[in-house]
Amino acid sequence: MRVELLWWEGCPSHPETLADLERVLREEGLDDDVELIEVESDEQARREHFPGSPTIRLDGDDAFPGEPGEPFSLTCRIYRLRDGRVSPTPDPEDIRDALRRAA
Amino acid sequence: MNIGDQAPAFALPDTDGVERGPEGVTVVAFTCNHCPYALGWHEGLLQVARDYPQVTFLAVNPNDAERYPADSFEAMKERVEAEGGWPHPYLRDETQEVARAYGAKTTPDLFVLDADRRLRYRGAPDSDRRETGWLRDALDAVVEGEKPQRAETEPVGCSVKWRQ
Repeated sequence: MRVELLWWEGCPSHPETLADLERVLREEGLDDDVELIEVESDEQARREHFPGSPTIRLDGDDAFPGEPGEPFSLTCRIYRLRDGRVSPTPDPEDIRDALRRAA
Repeated sequence: MNIGDQAPAFALPDTDGVERGPEGVTVVAFTCNHCPYALGWHEGLLQVARDYPQVTFLAVNPNDAERYPADSFEAMKERVEAEGGWPHPYLRDETQEVARAYGAKTTPDLFVLDADRRLRYRGAPDSDRRETGWLRDALDAVVEGEKPQRAETEPVGCSVKWRQ
């Protein structure tokens, strides 16, 4: 499986997301490497279909697809943890579910 | 601006159109509508404002609304109304001059000023994105006329969206 983490330097959340992603990959017995892709411009954000940092892609598909028409730009992505709290990083259990769906 | 420096005075409009600035012990909290860090700490900071009524608490949104329309003055007004009002004012720093003068880096980025407008704490609300302990520790000291033991921490959040 191709695992990508797209990030933008304006958000400090990608190291935590990378750590969560790599941990869950190990726990799921998956040995795929995570490819890091830095998004540096709005033009690149549109080209990469990047709705905000961090974004995880699995085999080219957003692990957490947003609403149709969601803009692509240099921004920080808003996630919801399973307890309902707003978070700059996805819930690790949601990462696990996404990996299982994609594997 | 370093700890102990006198912070710049300012007057910025809040969502009711009233101009406000530091007065007495003050928290200047640079924040915004669209950043998950700012949103995650939002409820905690509202509670700090409720718990310290003797402190002037000013939330200031400095972000470029042209590139980030969710941070426009209109969007700020709509948000405060949608949330049933806030216990503290929400100010618009349209020119970004106040954010630049304070050296704000992120949303949130907090500045606690004493009654002489001297900077006594600068940084994050806490190390935990659910908590506000660092800010509360600083306020407990400053309202007593003392200097906080932890005067500076690294602000954590989305970068301030400067105009280009």
